[in-house]
Amino acid sequence: MRALCSLTIAEARRLLRERAVSARELTFAYLERIQQLEPSLHAFISVATELAIEMADAADRRIARGEDTPLLGVPIAIKDVLVTRDLRTTAGSRILENYVPTWDATVVSKLRAMGAVFLGKLNCDEFAMGSSTENSAFGVTRNPWRLDRVPGGSSGGSAVAVAADLCCAALGTDTGGSIRQPAALCGVTGLKNSYGRISRYGLIAFASSLDTVGALTKDALDAAIMLQALEGRDPNDSTSVSAPPVDVHAVEHAPEKLQGLRVGVPKEYFTAGIQDEVEEAVRAAIAQLEALGARVQEVSLPRTELGLAAYYIIAPAEASANLARFDGVKYGLRVTGNDLIDTYCRTRGAGFGAEVKRRIMLGTYALSAGYYDAYYVRAQKVRTLIKQDFEQAFAQVDILAAPVSPTTAFPIGSKTEDPLQMYLADVFTLPASLAGVCAISIPCGFDRLGLPIGLQLIGPAFGEQRVLQVARTYQMHTDFHLRKPNLDLSSLAS
Amino acid sequence: MTEHETDYEVVIGMETHIELDTASKMFCACSAQCFGAEPNTHVCPVCLGMPGALPVINRRAVEYAMMVGLALNCQIARFTFWERKSYWYPDLPKGYQISQYQYPLCYDGWIDVDVRDVASGTWQEHAERRRIRIRRAHLEEDTGKLTHIGNFSYVDYNRSGVPLLEIVTEPDLRSANEAYAYLSALQQIVRYLGVGTADMEKGAMRCEPNMSLRPKGSHELGVKVEIKNLNSLRAVRDAIAYEIERQTRILRSGGSIQQVTLGWDEARGVTYIQREKESAHDYRYFPEPDLPPLQVDEAWLAEVRARVPELALARQDRYRRDFGLSAYDAVVLTADRAVADWFEAVVAALPNGPGRAKAAANWVQSELFRVMKSRGIPNSAVHTLPVKPAQLAELIMMVERGVINHHTAKHVFEAMCDSGADPQCIVEERGLAQVSDAAALRDVVEAVVAAHPQQVQQVLAGQEKVFGFLVGQAMKATRGKGNAQMIHALLREAIERQRA
Ligand SMILES: [Zn+2]
Repeated sequence: MRALCSLTIAEARRLLRERAVSARELTFAYLERIQQLEPSLHAFISVATELAIEMADAADRRIARGEDTPLLGVPIAIKDVLVTRDLRTTAGSRILENYVPTWDATVVSKLRAMGAVFLGKLNCDEFAMGSSTENSAFGVTRNPWRLDRVPGGSSGGSAVAVAADLCCAALGTDTGGSIRQPAALCGVTGLKNSYGRISRYGLIAFASSLDTVGALTKDALDAAIMLQALEGRDPNDSTSVSAPPVDVHAVEHAPEKLQGLRVGVPKEYFTAGIQDEVEEAVRAAIAQLEALGARVQEVSLPRTELGLAAYYIIAPAEASANLARFDGVKYGLRVTGNDLIDTYCRTRGAGFGAEVKRRIMLGTYALSAGYYDAYYVRAQKVRTLIKQDFEQAFAQVDILAAPVSPTTAFPIGSKTEDPLQMYLADVFTLPASLAGVCAISIPCGFDRLGLPIGLQLIGPAFGEQRVLQVARTYQMHTDFHLRKPNLDLSSLAS
Repeated sequence: MTEHETDYEVVIGMETHIELDTASKMFCACSAQCFGAEPNTHVCPVCLGMPGALPVINRRAVEYAMMVGLALNCQIARFTFWERKSYWYPDLPKGYQISQYQYPLCYDGWIDVDVRDVASGTWQEHAERRRIRIRRAHLEEDTGKLTHIGNFSYVDYNRSGVPLLEIVTEPDLRSANEAYAYLSALQQIVRYLGVGTADMEKGAMRCEPNMSLRPKGSHELGVKVEIKNLNSLRAVRDAIAYEIERQTRILRSGGSIQQVTLGWDEARGVTYIQREKESAHDYRYFPEPDLPPLQVDEAWLAEVRARVPELALARQDRYRRDFGLSAYDAVVLTADRAVADWFEAVVAALPNGPGRAKAAANWVQSELFRVMKSRGIPNSAVHTLPVKPAQLAELIMMVERGVINHHTAKHVFEAMCDSGADPQCIVEERGLAQVSDAAALRDVVEAVVAAHPQQVQQVLAGQEKVFGFLVGQAMKATRGKGNAQMIHALLREAIERQRA
């Protein structure tokens, strides 16, 4: 059973295709494991047991008819910021505690069409705002490598579910690092796609110009399979674009060597504040790339430092408008007050958590008359400069290699009182988000406590193919991605 | 009073919202044709502001807006983007309205309007032509609609997301009549372009004048008031006229005007304070990240420009210049584009059309309008009548050539409106051709003269009215088909022969 749940998508599909295992068996294995581990980890907001079994049976019927899709019968879990028809979608917020959408996000309907099995909805920071999943209204998710540690965020539930083998792969979203950082902290593979490559339709918006949908998986090949399943221009998302589809076969059969690959190491990503073990592991990974034939050179992304400030203007500004719809009028929580304004205030006061309120206030302030030019317009200029940094870097190198997070998973509760410290957890992931480029986080080592460390490979916009191939090559020569946390049930009980 | 009114001048700017008549809404596939529909039946996740929904631009709405902009002589932005306008209200499902702020799609235009005092009730052939500058016209989405019943408010989102064009003038209007003339011209343009009904009663056109008074000759603006909930053109004119009078009275007695938003009480014919002056609202505009910027290339613009027809005022000028029509005729004929097109098709089918345009105008305004009115066909649906413009032209020529007389022609036209048959066919089938045979008519006339000796003597004694009676008798004897001119001449001749 343990073996079943640790399968990659590619492996699971092979067994399903060969009828060595049925979707039902596979799904039951996951449901059982979820039942066992969920009380300790709390990766899910909703486990969709009945739906999962129903979908598994439907997948088995399709398999019996000889159908074959890359995800047919594969159990997947979905971050709870993606709307799912008839399946409660909370965005980790009290304000949507009982919200059941009438429709599917585009990525969700693509998975449905392919015959994936939905295991449930995954915990995350409220409206994807956070770096530790501690901002969820539905409780803290624990890092499977050490239960007193955060899993990262905001896609913490997704990272934990993949790391602890509670699903075969998970959907996440990345606005400033929300896929990469938890992937790094939980030791899984997480691809943040180029802005526009995957439809946002049905993603409950946090910061529309930064939000991306992607998957957290067990390895780079699975990341390619998920990208292929999810990508493509969507007429319902005007910001989506059509790019040449990813070549999964080319990722699967990536060259064993990296001859001719030019790897840039951005010096600004190795500054003070980075944990020694993280720097060591990332440098070792870069040395490994070099050993495989890559030409490594130092590059500069001089505006890296400004990324955090620009991000914390732009993202809250967009969020302040995106979250205005939660007013208690049409759906979700309503706390009736004495009049309309009072109802708005009480509803939002009770429905939103502290971090969401903080960002709404930040954003509202940044957009206010008299401050707009000094904050929002200026931040957009910085964003353009950061984009130029990446363009200049990619004129010299094919790919950038850097840390994902300055530290390994930090103790639960250690940063909740200090939002600025928490924001710093994303300092190496924000620039790629602002620039709209793609980046993957893959496991590259462990600290002395046994906590995973992630390597970030950043490619230009729509450069996923090369990023995935390099990640795949790296994973052919390393086994960090194969290591599993010790989730011995007896040890968890204590 | 009138004498004093010259001490103050009113300065009016107009903000008008016009719903564009697209098949689907501005940002989703829901039908925009939702007037009168059951509440919340034309809705989807997008126009309800459901979490996760995203807008998609309706290209047709952009084209409609561009057409209005072009008709208003505006510049069309080649590059523009959408912005979010944030405010709270239950009829605004997303908590922001997608609108345009920094770069309106249309800007720096103008419109000429003919100002007449329509309130007087009598037609003025002379009008004053005024040019009203258009500051901007931008596209946005309409909101839902609130209904308050008892302690509850109900919201209907059918209208949410219907494309809305906001048109803002410079403060160029100087009287209630000018405001009226501007709005009717705007309404007519929207209808000519076929991009909206501009029906104020149904809320498809909503006007908010802002106005202030200042001493004549002054260049500074006075304290501004805004007037809302005006549901007809007349209400706009009446409300402005009322405010001019009220404010003039206050100013003349040394008082000052409060900066307020006013409502118009139609029944009582008075304005009332709706809202006291409030601190300027901060809408926190910023570029809409869910929509890419809008680029208008020359080819697209040219394609849209080709769809803008000649508008009413230009047609009126042309009718007067080329056809020699009166201002009245020109205004009536161009009131509706369908009628104007129909009329012009008649003129085009007439040999030397411009020379015969007056006859065509008479036929349209009398017979065509009468038939349509009696059949309950609105002017805009003139093309649904079976009769075609070329057939009326033919009929006009038949009268001119003396094939039938005018009296018969009216009946033939009626028959044409029923069946769509050609006038010749109707005339032949029914044997309605005019009798112009001199010998036959002479027999008829002689018989009439013989039968009415007394009336003949009266005519000879100078009682001309009686001559008409005798003409009528002769016409009756031809069953209305006699050539009236010939009957006149022959009758006169025969009567003269009776002079002793
Ligand atoms: Zn809709």
